[in-house]
Amino acid sequence: MRVEQIAVFLENRSGRLAEITSIIAENNINIRALSVADTADFGILRLIVDKVEEAEKALKEKGFTVGKTTVIAVEVPDRTGGLAEVLDCVQKIGLNVEYMYAFVNKTGENAVLIFRFDDMTMAIDSLQANGFTILESSQVYNL
Amino acid sequence: MSTIYWEEELETLPRVGLESIQLKRLQALIGRVYEAVEPYRQKMIAAGVKPEDIKGLEDLKKLPFTTKEDLRENYPFGMFTMELDDIVRVHASSGTTGKPTVVGYTKKDIDTWANMMARALACAGATRGDMVHNAYGYGLFTGGLGAHYGAEKLGATVIPVSGGNSKRQINIMRDFGSTILMSTPSYALNLADAMDQMGIDPASLSLRVGIFGAEPWSENMREEVENKLNIKAVDIYGLSEVIGPGVAQECLTSSGGMHIFEDHFLPEIINPDTGEPLPQGERGELVFTTLTKEAFPVIRYRTKDITSLHYETCNCGRTLVRMEKVTGRSDDMLIIRGVNVFPSQVEHVLMGIEGVEPHYQIIVEREGTMDSMTVEVEVSDSLFTDEIKGLEQLTKRITRDIKDILGVSCRVKLVNPRAIQRSEGKAQRVIDNRKI
Repeated sequence: MRVEQIAVFLENRSGRLAEITSIIAENNINIRALSVADTADFGILRLIVDKVEEAEKALKEKGFTVGKTTVIAVEVPDRTGGLAEVLDCVQKIGLNVEYMYAFVNKTGENAVLIFRFDDMTMAIDSLQANGFTILESSQVYNL
Repeated sequence: MSTIYWEEELETLPRVGLESIQLKRLQALIGRVYEAVEPYRQKMIAAGVKPEDIKGLEDLKKLPFTTKEDLRENYPFGMFTMELDDIVRVHASSGTTGKPTVVGYTKKDIDTWANMMARALACAGATRGDMVHNAYGYGLFTGGLGAHYGAEKLGATVIPVSGGNSKRQINIMRDFGSTILMSTPSYALNLADAMDQMGIDPASLSLRVGIFGAEPWSENMREEVENKLNIKAVDIYGLSEVIGPGVAQECLTSSGGMHIFEDHFLPEIINPDTGEPLPQGERGELVFTTLTKEAFPVIRYRTKDITSLHYETCNCGRTLVRMEKVTGRSDDMLIIRGVNVFPSQVEHVLMGIEGVEPHYQIIVEREGTMDSMTVEVEVSDSLFTDEIKGLEQLTKRITRDIKDILGVSCRVKLVNPRAIQRSEGKAQRVIDNRKI
């Protein structure tokens, strides 16, 4: 149920993002989804890749600060209100979203929402109980 | 213009007379300290020197040096010569690793200090008719109270305005008719900017002289502050370990440099690497022996300030030796907005925060008239979190701890590991981009 996500510290200096994506490309790792959170002084790059261990190792070797966190991927139909329904449920359960990002899968039928909640176990249980589809990690890595 | 003296006879003594006073005082000091202060006695025994070996001023070099580390090891009162009953005041300045350096004064020491500060003020042309605007900070720092007591001793009127709140300072200057400004030079420039914003013409004020110290400043800065505030700017020197401000003062008819009140503070210039005394006029580290202090005398205290001494009689008539403006430091101490900062203190703060590795770099810049300090801290895997708020909390915590412990505001910037250059052997901790 839980998907491993790589987070990379981004120093506020030009070319850092390009450097990271080059390292990933050189190691034949495919990025499935990504988001960048930024402040005036630094950023955090969050990545979901097909080869988590390899990506982490390659980036660390090049001197980047890398962390691994678990997130969950919720699949919803790609139509108006898809996200709103999930968030509505999240609010009713009383979960806190630490962050989220989304992408549309290849077929274009479904959207995948990546969530980090303060209470991941409760989130998984409650969302499933409310009928939402939570993807297996292997499904996400190979989307 | 005739020279204003506070103690004319002592300030214009021929060298022979001065040296005889210095020697008598030095011998009495060494005898007393040998008896009263265990750390000094131990060091003298280790160096194989006894009080009776001090037969002339040239024997001074036989005595061991005193360093800030000695003061730290004997924190807080271990270097005092007397019981606390006789101590009427303590001050403290920042130490190299968090522990401050504590200095003590007897009633007589406070009077000696006030007398030296009165000399300094007179040297800068002040008289009892002056309104002294004292913008040095009052508190553990010696600047505020030292200047205050001196101005009172002189008989001038002192405004104990302390630092900060520039607008109020300027209103007071205008309404009270301040004639002499005492502050850090950078704060004086700050006041000039504030006057400009308030639409107040410095020429409409009564300010005549600025006595600036507690941080390094250049001849360019002197010109700037003189032009902007329409005053004559002179340099003052002092450090708490010796007494505070009032160790040396530049006169108005300066032939260059500050007169050291050497009947009380005996200066030497040494090679900072070998400790050997250097010939007259050569540049090296300034070392002081206090000749008259009771509670906390220092013997051959290494100031780490780099300067040179000049013995020719000054245009003002004073025979007191002149030290050139301090041109640098023989250690890594930085002075940021008048606050002494050692890189080791920053390291100490970082080590106190779980997960922070002691990989950091300090970048100092001068933005406009004020110094700014940025501390770059490497984000290690153990510190890293994928949430912005976690890293922001870390940044805030480091900023707050540095402010609490060092007393100076800084900006903390998180950087990648190894982004900070590891130089061979010793890391370059400080990048000082100020053009002083």
